[in-house]
Amino acid sequence: MSTGPSTGIGTGPNNGPKTGTPPGGAGVPGGEPGAPAPSGGALRSGGPLLEVRDLRVEFRTRDGVARAVDGVSWSVAPGETLAVLGESGSGKSVTAQAAMGILDTPPGRITGGEILFRGRDLLKLREDERRRIRGARMAMIFQDALSSLNPVLTVGDQLGEMFTVHRGMSRRGARAKAVELMERVRIPAARERVGQYPHQFSGGMRQRIMIAMALSLEPDLIIADEPTTALDVTVQAQVMDLLAELRRELGMGLVLITHDLGVVADVADRIAVMYAGRIVETAPVHDLYKAPAHPYTRGLLDSIPRPDRKDADLYAISGLPPNPVAVPPGCAFHPRCPMARDVCRTGEPELSRVSAERESACFFWRECLRG
Amino acid sequence: MAEPTRPAEPIIEVRDLHKHYPLTRGIVFRKQVGAVRAVDGVDLDLCAGETLGVVGESGCGKSTLAKLLVNLERPTSGAIRYKGEDITRLSARALRAVRRNIQIVFQDPYTSLNPRMTVGDIVGEPFEIHPEAAPKGDRRRRVRELLDVVGLDPAYVNRYPHQFSGGQRQRIGIARGLALRPEVIVADEPVSALDVSVQAQVVNLLERLQQDFGLGYVFIAHDLSIVRHISDRIAVMYLGRIVETGREAEICDHPTHPYTQALLSAVPVPDPSARGRGPAWDGGGDEGHGGGAGNGGGGGRIILSGDVPSPADIPSGCRFRTRCWKARERCAGEEPHLAVPEPFRDVRGPARHDSACHFAEVRRVVPGGGRRAAE
Amino acid sequence: MPEAPYGDGPAIAPAGGGGAMDLATAEGGTLEQAPAPAGPSGPGPAGRPRSLWSDAWHDLRRNPVFVVAALVILFLFAISVWPQLIAPGNPLDCDLARAQQGSRAGHPFGFDGQGCDVYTRTVHGARTSVTVGVCATLGVALLGSALGGFAGFLGGVPDALLSRLTDVFFAIPVVLGGLVLLSVVTSDTVWPVIGFMLLLGWPQVSRIARGSVIAAKQNDYVQAARALGASPARLLLKHVMPNAVAPVIVVATIALGTYVSLEATLSYLGVGLRPPTVSWGIDISAASPYIRNAPHMLLWPAGALAVTVLAFIMLGDAVRDALDPKLR
Repeated sequence: MSTGPSTGIGTGPNNGPKTGTPPGGAGVPGGEPGAPAPSGGALRSGGPLLEVRDLRVEFRTRDGVARAVDGVSWSVAPGETLAVLGESGSGKSVTAQAAMGILDTPPGRITGGEILFRGRDLLKLREDERRRIRGARMAMIFQDALSSLNPVLTVGDQLGEMFTVHRGMSRRGARAKAVELMERVRIPAARERVGQYPHQFSGGMRQRIMIAMALSLEPDLIIADEPTTALDVTVQAQVMDLLAELRRELGMGLVLITHDLGVVADVADRIAVMYAGRIVETAPVHDLYKAPAHPYTRGLLDSIPRPDRKDADLYAISGLPPNPVAVPPGCAFHPRCPMARDVCRTGEPELSRVSAERESACFFWRECLRG
Repeated sequence: MAEPTRPAEPIIEVRDLHKHYPLTRGIVFRKQVGAVRAVDGVDLDLCAGETLGVVGESGCGKSTLAKLLVNLERPTSGAIRYKGEDITRLSARALRAVRRNIQIVFQDPYTSLNPRMTVGDIVGEPFEIHPEAAPKGDRRRRVRELLDVVGLDPAYVNRYPHQFSGGQRQRIGIARGLALRPEVIVADEPVSALDVSVQAQVVNLLERLQQDFGLGYVFIAHDLSIVRHISDRIAVMYLGRIVETGREAEICDHPTHPYTQALLSAVPVPDPSARGRGPAWDGGGDEGHGGGAGNGGGGGRIILSGDVPSPADIPSGCRFRTRCWKARERCAGEEPHLAVPEPFRDVRGPARHDSACHFAEVRRVVPGGGRRAAE
Repeated sequence: MPEAPYGDGPAIAPAGGGGAMDLATAEGGTLEQAPAPAGPSGPGPAGRPRSLWSDAWHDLRRNPVFVVAALVILFLFAISVWPQLIAPGNPLDCDLARAQQGSRAGHPFGFDGQGCDVYTRTVHGARTSVTVGVCATLGVALLGSALGGFAGFLGGVPDALLSRLTDVFFAIPVVLGGLVLLSVVTSDTVWPVIGFMLLLGWPQVSRIARGSVIAAKQNDYVQAARALGASPARLLLKHVMPNAVAPVIVVATIALGTYVSLEATLSYLGVGLRPPTVSWGIDISAASPYIRNAPHMLLWPAGALAVTVLAFIMLGDAVRDALDPKLR
């Protein structure tokens, strides 16, 4: 909020007396969050904010080439939350790193596809052009907040650095900005704590600081990679709520990379389920939870303990996620799939349209939908 | 403990257990400047063949409790009785015998297996340490049998741990724990490091082993949804103490401690229709109390404010009061004891269980915060 | 804020049809029956055990740095054991008449200040350097890892004492210490020099060993073995040490190179080995006054020394990379 007067950003209804955030000044949710960043002049072209098209990423390992991401496409619109759900090794984080331009190459290598940010292919940009987009237009939040913060600089310095470096502000101005950001992410007593070091904050507070840092240059898009996995359950809820609220207030796009179905159900609008480097199902979140159109999604949902079925065994997807260098032929999920037939072992199912907003990469999605 | 109807004699009794880690300053002349009170007065009972779930957030002392139970740490004070005998004061020889009966499964399957040993050596090590448990010629067969029991191909005996996935490694760890046919297994977050699709497999395995071998479990986790699935009884831990304990249905359907209620409500539920839950200021939440306490009351989602205080600096009185929306002056001055709260002493039914809260009241919490139809 | 109403809608029906639950009824469905274990290392040839060591060996064989260094070192070992193989002459067979002469047929490296054949002396000098290097390294590694390992494993008072003691030894400047200590020794053998290296070298290894033992000790598998009732000896020998030796091996490999050059330094300063002994250090020391008019006298022993030290350091580097699981 470099210019707008309403920098306090009001608290949502469920945050009433929690922090000392200045009241009032709440923007219209989902509307314009005050003046946007100078670079964001051409706003809302109507199309998607970030679009990943047929992305392919390979990793060279000792045992061969692992196709970590194998033809993945998704997009996120301004103000939308897309959840990319998958287990470890499904390629969900690699996709995010590729989109953000922070993929380690080598060992990784982008072998195909496009990553369009407001229609421009990021993969064709020069490194310095990309850098300008990174941080200012799209920002990322990581799982481990402690290792993402510099332990020898105060939180205020690290938050203020964004403004002194990118905006050429004075130190004093940057400090004020840092306090403002800390208040925005509802850190109590921000004015007093701005001079403290990262280790003096608890895990939840550190993750808030990371969020504040990501927000500092008012990006159009935030990619959050397992933002609450390292946090305690009661703190997870706080942080997810904060993210969801900020997204509403600032009208950003949010890509949420996670393995946690519960987190997804809480905040996502749309969901893309990944398995073995591919998307197996995309759907609006309500539809997906009501009736999954892929047996993998169904298995994940069914394996969640339910109080009303306490005495029964938990449903468990049999077998293991595949080795990324030796993904089974045909449908990668077929060795674990209760519905698998012969065709699944040989034919590779493409994503096919289930409804206007849904796709499933299962030959038998109709049966799956029926349950 | 005011639970009158305990079916069987407990096999493990924990009484007033404390573990404090001294905080020292100075290199040559050390002086103690404080203590981390990781476990600070815990009472527990475990009966043969039952599962006791211990839930709490990080820093609540649940992992220290696990280490104390298997004698990897010596308590500062208090007793752990196994079949009536205090195992915290045993000689090394007597302790060895007890260890055969109480085993542990660790959280992280990547650090709990020695990378330089084959699977056969790892699972067979208990027999080398306790040669009396299996005659020498029989050990290989026993190891293969154990691998089979936990669902691994016995042909894998010559492989090394890094050749396995997390779920398979956890099975190896479980096989090692089972080798000596213990009566009790302490499982310290056994599935939280595993992939979602594999967690259910391991939970099912643990349940099956319990039926087959009559094991008693102390199942430690931060995730109430799995604990509630597997446990007969649940103890909720906060900052080194148990704040509420009772049978699974008592704790999950009739929680009386605000922390339990908050934990229950924080369990994410894979159901987007539970969304839109709000603060619901309709009960208990007396503004201005406890300095920025979270919202609460009613049937809505409870989101606690703040984080767990440091166990080196535990709040006076009730340790939960700094995050509690019900906190009053009494909570700061007087520590509530773990007992059946007064309003429920004369009633029958699930609300009558131990809870360490001055203002205990039943509140039905639906995980995820959606409101269940009124009773 | 125009929020959605609070979640007081109807009771939440758990998602997912109940029908799919039936799919899990078969017991086998809960077991992992993938024939080959997944994971980054992938399936090796069926049943063949693969340890971290064999993985490391697999890496090393394909590492050209390692191969070159290992070949150089093998060659060095060979000529230290059998110098006659490539230099049949006697290194002490000197003729002042040939002093400082350049190379000529049969004497490719020329002659030194005493008229001895530089080629023969350089080849025969390898034995001294390798003996000093290998003995000092072995001694330092054994002594240092034993002391550091026990201190790290036991902790408490022994650990505090050893830590302070190593600090004291670290404060001793190597060259000055050598000048002081070795100048009082009169011996023609290599043992005083090796003894000196042992004295000053063990703290370095002990510190590394202590650190890696402490790190290994905290692993859950050590706790698991303790929970099974394993004795301290078993914990140390079976669980802690095998997982703590890698850094010690690496440090020792690199240290070997420095000991070889330290021997040369001490000999150059006149407190190391003494003339009847053939050593690169002595020859470098003897040749240095004539560096202008007869550089070949210095060049060959110094070159041999440099190549040797480099080879050991390269070997150490390669071994470290191969043993570091994080680089996999």
